[in-house]
Amino acid sequence: MSRAVGLHLGLLAALAAAQFLLPDYHHGNLARIMVLAAFASAYNITFGYAGMLSLGHAMFFGAGLYAAGLAAEFGGTAAPLGLVLGVLAGAIVATVVGLLALRTTGVSFMIVTLMFAQAGFLTVLYFGEFTRGDEGFVLAPAARTVLGLSLADPATRYWAALCVFGAVMLGSLALARSAFGRVLAAIRENEERTRMLGYDVFRAKLMALAVSGAMAGAAGAAYALLFGYVGATFASIQYSILPLLWVLMGGAATVLGPFLGTLLMFYLIDISSSFTTAHMMIVGFALIGLILFFPKGILGTLRERAAPWLP
Amino acid sequence: MAAVTLLETHGLTRRFGGLTAVDGVEFRLQEGEIRALIGPNGAGKTTFVSLISGRLRPTAGRVIFAGEDVTRLPAHARVMRGIAYTFQITSVFARMTLLDNVRLAVQRRMMQGWRGPDAAALDAAAMAVLDRVGLAARATETAGNLSYGHQRLLEVAMGLGLSPRLLILDEPTQGLSDAEIASFTALVREIAREATVLLIEHNMGVVMDLADRITVMERGQILAEGPPAAIRADAEVQRAYLGG
Repeated sequence: MSRAVGLHLGLLAALAAAQFLLPDYHHGNLARIMVLAAFASAYNITFGYAGMLSLGHAMFFGAGLYAAGLAAEFGGTAAPLGLVLGVLAGAIVATVVGLLALRTTGVSFMIVTLMFAQAGFLTVLYFGEFTRGDEGFVLAPAARTVLGLSLADPATRYWAALCVFGAVMLGSLALARSAFGRVLAAIRENEERTRMLGYDVFRAKLMALAVSGAMAGAAGAAYALLFGYVGATFASIQYSILPLLWVLMGGAATVLGPFLGTLLMFYLIDISSSFTTAHMMIVGFALIGLILFFPKGILGTLRERAAPWLP
Repeated sequence: MAAVTLLETHGLTRRFGGLTAVDGVEFRLQEGEIRALIGPNGAGKTTFVSLISGRLRPTAGRVIFAGEDVTRLPAHARVMRGIAYTFQITSVFARMTLLDNVRLAVQRRMMQGWRGPDAAALDAAAMAVLDRVGLAARATETAGNLSYGHQRLLEVAMGLGLSPRLLILDEPTQGLSDAEIASFTALVREIAREATVLLIEHNMGVVMDLADRITVMERGQILAEGPPAAIRADAEVQRAYLGG
């Protein structure tokens, strides 16, 4: 087993152990962070590895969230099926959007994905009769059980969050080390060159977007099922920007960067808002410091300076 | 030399607005030859090879490669059929190592769908290619740190990594020193034992030395074609290009 694989399995083991050590408050936080980190990891596939700056990932997260939530609310589906539906919804929405949005690159791609995501958000509000719009709805306890265990129970919820995060993170690791991952990195570095090496660039990007959408959909579905609430906020622009910030902070195109970024940003807001209402200013200063001292994110800069083996 | 036609174009035309960069070109390339494409700046040489490699779509005409009409095929599919293009402006992956650069080229033909080849086999194949251009000792260096001449060699190595049937070199010796040009010429001759080479080149010494045949382009059309001695003697060519 290589150093890199050991590190990632080690983190999962540490997270599993933390379950028994952390006080209740942080225990609950960490479950939430792991689900959001799965979302950030999904974002990292397209942004970090393939170099596509999307401002529409809230749409994929939202697709998963609403697929699981609405199926439970109106179809009475069980949690595992909800998760599967979330993955499918994320992948399908990403593929359809990708077929259109990938005709553009760079700034146009940003704008087009943003427009699609806003259209998605407005769709949620438009069908307020079912989605209950901004107000959202709370999932019935029956929809939140897995193998007879309630996801409302903190311990079960923590394990479920760890499973979702672990699957997405190990999936990212496998992708980063695969031939396909190398092709995505090549596209990020020089798209025309990659095409002239015989790679179908459009298809590779579409596949990256579909994988990213599936992962984001999984995170969205997990969020609905684990925390029991489905609302339009999660499909809003804010949830397209947040994964970008998390990934930038932890390090784009590093497998663990999204988790680290999510963790730090979560606690930065949590701690600073406990003593000031101007906590967003502190977040702003932190981001400026990040750009000054860690221009490639924490793990990205660490990899550049000290640990080139870091995937 | 076996007289098998590898590549032919019929009425190949490309217009940019009112400018006809390539104008009804009838071209034929035999398998195994080294063909030089010369002509003054703006004659349409790069546009012509871009039409062959698929980087540009023609306005009219056809491209036939190894008996197959590839006119409608996208560039990446033509690469898989054996047409490799090396860029006029050096276009390596600057932030990756030499080995990674060549691996990307080699990996393509070893891939099954998106499944990659075995890492050891991939490394061995990539190292063999680097060895051919004399860069094997520097495999772990970052490509962006190489001298210009070595980046040109890496560019050729990436072309070779594709195991092409036709290797298109767009002004490969531009910016190289005399010593580098001499070793480059030897390399192209070595490559030509396995692949057909189509070479855009301004250095007439290199052209006369390497080419089996020379095609002269001017204003999007083929002005003359023949063995080096005949081209050198051609009065039309001298007027248009050699400054005679």
